[in-house]
Amino acid sequence: MNTENRYHWPHKDLLDVTQLSRPDTLHLLDLAASFQEINTRPVKKVPTLKGKTVVLFFVEDSTRTKTSFDVAGKRLSADTFALGKSGSSLNKGESLKDTALTLQAMSPDVIVIRHSSSGAARYIADLLPCGVVNGGDGWHAHPTQALLDCFSLRQAWDNTFEDRTLLILGDIAHSRVARSNIHLLTSLGVRVRICAPRTLLPAGVDHWPVEVYTNLEKAVRDVDAAMCLRLQLERQQAGLLPDLAEYSRRFCLGLGHMELARPGAKVLHPGPMNRGLEISDDMADASASLVLNQVAAGVATRMAVLYLLATRNDGGRA
Amino acid sequence: MRLCIKNARHLEAPVDLLVDDNKIMTMTPAGHHAAPEGCEIFDACGLVLMPSLIDAHVHLREPGFEYKEDVASGLEAAARGGFGAVMCMANTKPVNDTASVTRHMLDRARQSHPHGPRLLPIAAATIGLKGETMAPLAELKEAGCVAVSNDGRPLENTELVRRIMEYGADLGLILIDHCEDPHLGRGWIMHEGDVSGLLGLKGQPPAGEALQAARDIMLAEYLDIPVHIAHVSAALTVDIIRWAKERGVKVSAETCPHYLLLDETALENYSTQSKVSPPLRTAHDREALREAVKTGIVDILVTDHAPHAAHEKDGTLDEAPCGFTGLDLALSLTWALVDEGVLTESDAHRLWCRRPAEIFGLPWNGFAPGDPADFFLFNPEEAWIPSRETMYSKSLNTPFLGQTLRGRVKHHWMGGRKLF
Ligand SMILES: [Zn+2]
Repeated sequence: MNTENRYHWPHKDLLDVTQLSRPDTLHLLDLAASFQEINTRPVKKVPTLKGKTVVLFFVEDSTRTKTSFDVAGKRLSADTFALGKSGSSLNKGESLKDTALTLQAMSPDVIVIRHSSSGAARYIADLLPCGVVNGGDGWHAHPTQALLDCFSLRQAWDNTFEDRTLLILGDIAHSRVARSNIHLLTSLGVRVRICAPRTLLPAGVDHWPVEVYTNLEKAVRDVDAAMCLRLQLERQQAGLLPDLAEYSRRFCLGLGHMELARPGAKVLHPGPMNRGLEISDDMADASASLVLNQVAAGVATRMAVLYLLATRNDGGRA
Repeated sequence: MRLCIKNARHLEAPVDLLVDDNKIMTMTPAGHHAAPEGCEIFDACGLVLMPSLIDAHVHLREPGFEYKEDVASGLEAAARGGFGAVMCMANTKPVNDTASVTRHMLDRARQSHPHGPRLLPIAAATIGLKGETMAPLAELKEAGCVAVSNDGRPLENTELVRRIMEYGADLGLILIDHCEDPHLGRGWIMHEGDVSGLLGLKGQPPAGEALQAARDIMLAEYLDIPVHIAHVSAALTVDIIRWAKERGVKVSAETCPHYLLLDETALENYSTQSKVSPPLRTAHDREALREAVKTGIVDILVTDHAPHAAHEKDGTLDEAPCGFTGLDLALSLTWALVDEGVLTESDAHRLWCRRPAEIFGLPWNGFAPGDPADFFLFNPEEAWIPSRETMYSKSLNTPFLGQTLRGRVKHHWMGGRKLF
């Protein structure tokens, strides 16, 4: 943490990776690396955020992300409490604005929000004086997921992003994970490819800084890592796919595909995995899989994010 | 009673206007004739003289949603915005699908604005706007409706569209169709394109509008019955309309000032104030529409005045209702286009008065002897900022809120009587 004296984190909120400069990102990843060490100690707790309050406001369900933020907060000794749609008055027809103002009245230092509406985190951040972390909003952004993926890849790739190629495979159109990862990794110099049937590609993708494929065998050739996205089963009901068996025949990542990739190439998945649909069973458990590293990286990265936002007003350091 | 408006500016020329009773008597170059004996004189001091405008597409929300707007507040906004007549859509609660609802609206207008602006209700095309059964159009016409529309709920059933056109034609009711394929982009939040892709929002392709417009145009040609395409937003739709007009199809069309001034990038900050139906499209669409109103391919301007309460627009984009308030702002926005050289003052008269009157068979003021004495004086230089203090509509839902606009209506006369 020796960069800390020189570096000043400028952001009240973390809403999208697009707000991060390259120094912001690298500082955050370095900080996460130092926190990851805490997670290997016998006593996995430091008093850094003692007396700070972190609210986990998860209007859309997500056990994984919520748990990860919860653990991250607790390891730094913050008081965390979680509120879902059923725990809040949103169920009773209260507006998002009123629920947010109620949360603010409890004087939290940071609110992590997960919401099914794109732009919801920004709406809350504009409304409230506390720090707001976007824990995923609609199809728009999931900055901590992108940061943890970046963290995992940085370790796997020995700190080099230049000349690396990443394939993101699956439902790009409806994926906040894809949007955030594409932006963050290309900004660090990674070449990004995406692969999906056209029905799962977003409007305007031709203007994105990515190479677009609709054929997995071609897309995976010579990549340094492949990231599978979780396929939402309702995409078939929405008429975007004929049937799931056909989808998996064309787009399920298996061990055979990775033989076309560069030696030592890694596989990522934000979880939870649909085994046999977007990733084969043996691929999920193969040594190339970084899935469990991602989970560990998630805690460390979120510790860094909570730390930076919760101590922003403490004269630069806690 | 005679009235003389002196020293007004009309189409760049200084004029005097003489009004006899409720009709225009003469318009002459300023100072040409002395005002007749016993005539009330009003010195316009060089303000721009314009005919009262006609807005063929507004939502006044009464009955049923008076918290958003009511007939009284809507007509006041109209009067202050320079409008002498507004055609109001039927998506009230209850829907304007029976004579009693039409009469209720007209009664409310008579009570609050007995001397104008005029309220001209539009009949629901189908019962409850459900798109299933044709509304009693003869009854609605008799009660005072001037056109027919299912606006708010696009008509999906093409057979029904045909029958409404045919049945309405006998009664002199032209169909104003909100063109939107109900399946293509269902659940959309904004235009489908670069911005929706980046923001992760469900988009609506412009082809959905063009498809339905093409359907209506095919029917209009086949039946030889006119049809009016509501709030055109897409370049592709303009192309279809141009093609149809060249073939001699009886099609007319409208667009709104906001489609000539804004594009999809207005949503980049997830602003619910920029959510409207049809959605703001690309810069290319905006340019095509500017050209189309200039050349008359798109015949008229309308506000699509769609007031909502502040709390309804305060939330996330997917929850917020579509629509802008428009009556207070329309002329200033049009004048921004005049200032830019996109339109002329005479284009403004054509788009906001002459053509809507021609399409819907309404009285209008062309400043010829015998025309209705409906006119207003406008200061094109006056800067103002849309806010609660400066607007007369109950609603402030506009992306122009807080921005400096230019051009203000100073005085408005209808039937020779001064409204303010
Ligand atoms: Zn409409």
